[in-house]
Amino acid sequence: MELTEHLFRREWGRLVAALTRVFGIHQLALAEDVAQDTLLRAVEVWKFRGVPENPSAWLMTTAKRRAIDLLRRQRTARAQAPELEWQLQSEWTLAPALDQLLGPDAAGDGQLRLTFSCCHPRLSEDVQTSLILHLLGGFGVREIAAAFLLGEAATEKRLGRGKRVLARSRQLFALESRGEFEERLPAVRRALYLMFNEGYHGACAESAIRVEVCQEAMRLTALLLAHPWGAGAETRALAALQCLHAARLPARVDGDGRFQGLGEQDRSRWDQRLIAEGLRLLHAAAEGQALSTYHFEAALAAVHASAPSVAETNWGAVVSLYDRLLELQPSPVVALHRALAVGQQQGPEAGLAALQTLEGRERLADYPFYAAALGELELACGRRDDARGHFRRAAALARNPTERDHFAARLAAAAGPAAPAGPPHRPA
Amino acid sequence: MNEYLYLYRGGNPMGSPEEMQKTMKVWMGWFEELGKKGNLKDGGQPLDKGGKIVKGKSVTDGPFAEKDLVGGYSLVLAKDLAHAAELAKGCPLLQHGGQVEIRPVLKMG
Repeated sequence: MELTEHLFRREWGRLVAALTRVFGIHQLALAEDVAQDTLLRAVEVWKFRGVPENPSAWLMTTAKRRAIDLLRRQRTARAQAPELEWQLQSEWTLAPALDQLLGPDAAGDGQLRLTFSCCHPRLSEDVQTSLILHLLGGFGVREIAAAFLLGEAATEKRLGRGKRVLARSRQLFALESRGEFEERLPAVRRALYLMFNEGYHGACAESAIRVEVCQEAMRLTALLLAHPWGAGAETRALAALQCLHAARLPARVDGDGRFQGLGEQDRSRWDQRLIAEGLRLLHAAAEGQALSTYHFEAALAAVHASAPSVAETNWGAVVSLYDRLLELQPSPVVALHRALAVGQQQGPEAGLAALQTLEGRERLADYPFYAAALGELELACGRRDDARGHFRRAAALARNPTERDHFAARLAAAAGPAAPAGPPHRPA
Repeated sequence: MNEYLYLYRGGNPMGSPEEMQKTMKVWMGWFEELGKKGNLKDGGQPLDKGGKIVKGKSVTDGPFAEKDLVGGYSLVLAKDLAHAAELAKGCPLLQHGGQVEIRPVLKMG
């Protein structure tokens, strides 16, 4: 059989989720060891004999054998997963209990259970997202460090902190009480939202690993959508938002690997299937009572995804959606995007006025995209010298080479005879 | 063509799941390549850890040392020992600190 891409990474999440149920969350490290051993064994055997017909089943069976071995040896020594203790302590019930715990049906719920566990209120959002990527997405320390632009030591520390808190929590999050489920649900959605954003927006050159972070966030959001308690309007809006943004991923890098802003993208490369799915989800999300920030962000992405060009975008709708979003979530960065939309709708002078009076603009002083936005609007007004000053400042503030190149290109364009309207900001 | 036994020793492909999958893919590609060139007589088998050493009347557990542990074997066809060594240079095990021991299989006549 052919080896599917990222098979190991995906199976890792299934294995760890199922094994933590067997060993208990307090033995998370042991669950990870068994998952690691299982994959190692697969490497050793498959390289000689090829990939088996059903790789997932092969891996789960291998993990099960190892787990039975360990449990037999451990039985008298210490308690296993508290809620399953009695079943795993008797030879009569050990094997059937493991069949159930490591069976094919357990996979989806198990991963959701572990995802909810990772969103422990004592953990910061940074730790939560890293932990989810690591335990469920199978991302290694180096991979998370690359995706989050964090040092490996810092990543290691973050994961260590998260794992310690998890291991001390009495048991895995149970998906049994609707009240508890709904209490933690917002944190889970938020973590998946941040995880997607980190992959999508993070200030970094386009790299495969970041797209994979987005895909992992989408995979887990889909699991949440498949759960009857998780499938509410806000989750649908979150899924819609992810689809509508992900649809644009193929167009964000040009043939030379350069980043392309919303205005420069070849829209024929947008993934129409994902756009259709995003619009369908957004429609379904409207059934709920409450409108969340996810709703407005998804609606904004929908306006862009439905527009054939920058000029033909419904900027009036964009501005009013930003107004609604600002009511829910006052933020200078959101206000910055709104000002740019005003510039598109009412002309660059109006956009500049909105930028210069923006509430909380002092907090954007070191934000390169604020300077760049001023540059774009000055340029659109025909004041090249002012524009160049702002682009120079943006380049000086840039946080990585990709941003620096981008602002340098805008600076050069501002000096040249013809300056096509560039992307004033990262795609919202 | 003569027959050679490849013994794969040591070299654990640790790393993230993605890195392990990559390692495996490289191995599969290497075997495929040898097969295509007509150099693979028998891909062989992986060997599990744990074993016994029987010597005289004693039976002991082992070997344990990572470097002594044979993780698998294959039978390769090559013109001569030098050629067999050349072919082994592409073995992915070498990227992970392992080594390939090559032994000529004695012919009948």
